[in-house]
Amino acid sequence: MRTPEHDEEEPGIATGAAEGGVQKVAGVRGPALGAPLFEYLQRLGDDRLILGHRLSEWCGHAPIIEEDIALANVSLDLIGQSVSLLKLAGEVEGAGRDEDALAYFRDGVQFRNALLVEQPNGDFAQTIVRQFLFDAYSLLMWEALGKCGHAQLAAIAAKAIKEDKYHLRHSSEWIIRLGDGTEESHARVQRAFDGLWRYTAELFERDGVDAAVAALGVDVDLAGIRTRWDAIVDDVLARATLVRPADGAMRRGGRVGKHTEHLGHLLATMQIVARSHPGATW
Amino acid sequence: MTVNGKDDSHWPLWEVFTQGGQGQPFEHAGSVHATDAEHAMQNARDVYTRRGEAVNLWVVPSWAITASAPSEAGPFFDPGNDKPYRHPQFYKVPRGVKVF
Repeated sequence: MRTPEHDEEEPGIATGAAEGGVQKVAGVRGPALGAPLFEYLQRLGDDRLILGHRLSEWCGHAPIIEEDIALANVSLDLIGQSVSLLKLAGEVEGAGRDEDALAYFRDGVQFRNALLVEQPNGDFAQTIVRQFLFDAYSLLMWEALGKCGHAQLAAIAAKAIKEDKYHLRHSSEWIIRLGDGTEESHARVQRAFDGLWRYTAELFERDGVDAAVAALGVDVDLAGIRTRWDAIVDDVLARATLVRPADGAMRRGGRVGKHTEHLGHLLATMQIVARSHPGATW
Repeated sequence: MTVNGKDDSHWPLWEVFTQGGQGQPFEHAGSVHATDAEHAMQNARDVYTRRGEAVNLWVVPSWAITASAPSEAGPFFDPGNDKPYRHPQFYKVPRGVKVF
């Protein structure tokens, strides 16, 4: 299959894992990473693109029409955020790739989203728990990035904060209702937390990319965000009469392109139209 | 979750009212199904205010609204129609008064 010329190896500076102190992405050898800010913007953009796509899979299948609309709304918000982020990423990269090129013409190993967001929808409980874990993290990230030293990224953050506040309200309210609902809804939402918990640590791990962009004024205190995220999660779990899962073995790798088997299938669906008709406009 | 005697599989209906701007009257926009008031508020926000239609929302349980019966519309509303003195339409408006 013919691919655009810019689908070659990414240019830029390779940055390894952080030196000492903070947590490393240990034992992971991904493909060569690009320049730090480009990598960082891809991480932010890909999280939202992939989760937005996952939510779009519910369209026409949600349990009730009002929730169908609610999930589609959140999906569109997230995809809209990813458009801004990947557009900026393309500009930062300076290789002529726009947001569509990044979304549709990268392969799985070039995606930088956290493993959490690519996990399948499962039942409604799994979708809502995945959403809640991400929403709480995402809102805290945007609040921090709203104060960062990169003007364009701060502007994207300012707009996204409003959206994410609502997303978190939507998913929290559902967790509380499902957890404190029927025996079946309680069991399903607890199972979803237990199954997805292994993907939460990756969200807060700082590596060489984080350290490098901190030097550029994009310095997010991930440990502080983790503390506040814990407080949000614990509060909602308590109100939902659910048990916080124990921190067992954690899965990681998405930030450097090592994904679970689910991403490839998602990309096949998401990218097929653009790849079947390269250069088409819509 | 049981609300107003409804069972789990049947969420109650809520009527949604939107206010287009500060000081404007609330208008009926439509209805949503929801488990409770907070949930109804969220659903109403998603269904009826996505394009900036409202600055305020009311959600009211449908069962709380007493409606006039369509079959009674005649006797209920007609008596006012043949009483011209209830329609102040034979006053001359002085020149210089703006007619809205």
